Amino acid sequence: MRAMTWPQRIMWLAIIAAVLVWSLFPVFSIAMTSFKTQAGLFSGTLFPQEWTLDNYATILAPGGSAQDLFLPALRNSIGISLIATFIAVVLATLCAYAIARLDFPGKRIILTTALAVSVFPIVSIVTPLFNLWRVVGLYDTWLGLIIPYLSLTLPISIWTLAAFFRQIPWELEQAAQVDGATPFEAFRKTVVPLAAPGVFTTAIIAFFIAWNDFVYGISLTSTDAARPVPAALSFFTGASQFEEPTGAISAAAIVVTIPIVIVVVIFQRRIVSGLTQGAVKG
Amino acid sequence: MTDTIATRATRREQAATPPPKKRRSDRARAEARLGWMLAGPAFGIMLLVTLYPIVQALWDSLFSLRLTAPDDREFIWFRNYQVILSDPAFWQSMGVTLFITVVTVLLELIIGFGFALVMHRAIKKLRGFARTAILVPYGIITVVSAFAFFYAFDINSGGYVNNWLSWIPGFDENLNWFAYQGTSLAVIILSEVWKTTPFISLLLLSGLAQVPGDLEEAAKVDGATSWEVLRRVILPNMKAAIMVAVLFRTLEAFRIFDNIFIMTAGANNTEALSLLAYNTSIGRLEIGLGSAISVLLFLSVLVIAGIFIKGFRVDLSAGRNS
Repeated sequence: MRAMTWPQRIMWLAIIAAVLVWSLFPVFSIAMTSFKTQAGLFSGTLFPQEWTLDNYATILAPGGSAQDLFLPALRNSIGISLIATFIAVVLATLCAYAIARLDFPGKRIILTTALAVSVFPIVSIVTPLFNLWRVVGLYDTWLGLIIPYLSLTLPISIWTLAAFFRQIPWELEQAAQVDGATPFEAFRKTVVPLAAPGVFTTAIIAFFIAWNDFVYGISLTSTDAARPVPAALSFFTGASQFEEPTGAISAAAIVVTIPIVIVVVIFQRRIVSGLTQGAVKG
Repeated sequence: MTDTIATRATRREQAATPPPKKRRSDRARAEARLGWMLAGPAFGIMLLVTLYPIVQALWDSLFSLRLTAPDDREFIWFRNYQVILSDPAFWQSMGVTLFITVVTVLLELIIGFGFALVMHRAIKKLRGFARTAILVPYGIITVVSAFAFFYAFDINSGGYVNNWLSWIPGFDENLNWFAYQGTSLAVIILSEVWKTTPFISLLLLSGLAQVPGDLEEAAKVDGATSWEVLRRVILPNMKAAIMVAVLFRTLEAFRIFDNIFIMTAGANNTEALSLLAYNTSIGRLEIGLGSAISVLLFLSVLVIAGIFIKGFRVDLSAGRNS
C-alpha cells in the first residue's frame, strides 16, 4: 500500500475521531452525570461543576440507600446470565456440531426453528410465561429467568457456531486417526483447538444478549430474589420521593458498563468475526 | 443469511443421499440417530420456550380473562380481536411502531454503511481502533443507553442538550423533549440507532469483504467515479448482506420496548405495540386482551418476515440473471 499523503492522513484521523465521539459520547455523558452532586444535577452542563463519589456510595457502600437494590440485582444478573450462557453454549455446540458434521433429516427444520425463535416478539412469549410461572412457582426465581433467556441465547449460538464449525477442516481428524490416534484423541487434538475460539466468541455474544434483557427481567420478577440489573435500574427511587434518582442510576449504569467495555476492547476481533460469520457467510 | 446456510444444508443432504437408493443403510440411520441425539436437546428447548407460550397466547386471546377477576373467565371467540382492531389506540400504536421501524432502519443503514466503509478502508493501525469503538454500543445494555440519552435531553433531570442547542435561532431553551410525541420519538429513535447500528455495520462489513476487489479496480481504470463504483459495483455485489441486515433490524426494531419504557413509558402517544401488549397484560392484568395484542404483534412480525424473504429471493435470482 502506498504511503498516505498528509491531507489523507488528516482526513482519516478526523473520521476516526468522529466515530469515537459517536460511539463513546453517550457512555461519557452518563459517566459525567454519575459524578454530579444532587444539586449539581440541574446545572445543565455536561461536566459536573462539583465532583463527587456520593452516587457510587449510594449503590455500593454498606448503608447506601440504593445498595439493597443494586447489589442483589448485580448478583442476579451475573449468575443468571452466566448460567443461561453456559447452557446455551453447551447445547448449541452439540447441535451445531451435528449440523456441520452429520447428515441427517431435519437439519433444515432445526435451523429454521432457531431463526423463527430469534425473531419472536418477546412480549408475545412473556404473558403466558408470567401466568405459567406463577402457577408452577418459577415466578421471581433464577430458573424462571434462565429458561426464557435460552430463547434469546440458543438461536444465535446455534447459527454462529454452525457457521464456525463449517469452516473447520474435518479431514484433519481422519488424518490424525490414520497416524494412529484413537478417535477421541484425534478429536481432542485436532477439532477442539480449532473449535474453541468459535465457542468462546459465541459465549461472549450470548452473554451480552442475556445481560441486555429487560422485558423478561421486569415481567417475571418482583423482588430482589431474581430481579436483574436492567430491571432494577428502572425501579430505583431517590432518597426522598421528590428527589430524582438520576445520580444513582448513572453510577449503576457505569458500574455495569465498564466490564463490558473491557471485554469488547480485548475481544473485538473475535466478536466481529463471530457476528459476521453467523450472519452472512454460511 | 439464513437462507444460504439452510439451502446449503439441503443441497448437501441431497448430495449425500443419491436418489436411486431403496432403503437407508444402517450407517445412515445411525448417523441420523446421532444427529438428533446431539441436536435434539437444543431443538426441544427452543420449541418448549416459544411454541408453548405462543399456543397458550392464542388460546388465552379467545377468552375474556382478567387476573383481577379470574373467576369471570369466559370463552368469547374473537371478540378481543374485534375490540382491539376497532380501537384507535391500537392503530395509533401500530403507526408509531411502523414509523420508528422505518426511520431507525433507514438511519442505521446509512450510518452503518459509513462505519462499514471506515472499517473496510481504514489503514491497519486504525482499523482495530475503529472496530472497537464501533462495537462498544453493542455491548451496552439498552436500558443504560436509554437512560444516557434520557438524562442528556430531559430538562427535569438537568439535561444539557438544550444549552448546547441554544445558539440555533428559534430554538426554545426550555423545550421539554418528553412532553411531545415528535420530540420524544426523535430521542427514542436516536438511542435505538446508537445502540443497534454496530450490528448492521458488521453485517455490511462482511458484505463489503465479499465485493471482488478486481471488479472495483477495473471500474476505476475505465474511468468510473467513486459514486459510480459504489452504485454499479459495490452495492449490487452486497445486496444479500444488505437484505439480511435490513430484515433482521426491521424485525428487531418492530419489537422495540426498552427505550420507550424508560423514556416515556408510552406517554404522549409513544406507546409502541410491544409496550401496548405489556401494559395491557402485565400492567393491567387484562390477559385476554393483552394476549390478543401479542398475537397480532407476532403476526405482524411474520408478515414482515414473509415480505422480506419473498423480496430477498427475487433479488437473488435477478442478481444471477444479470
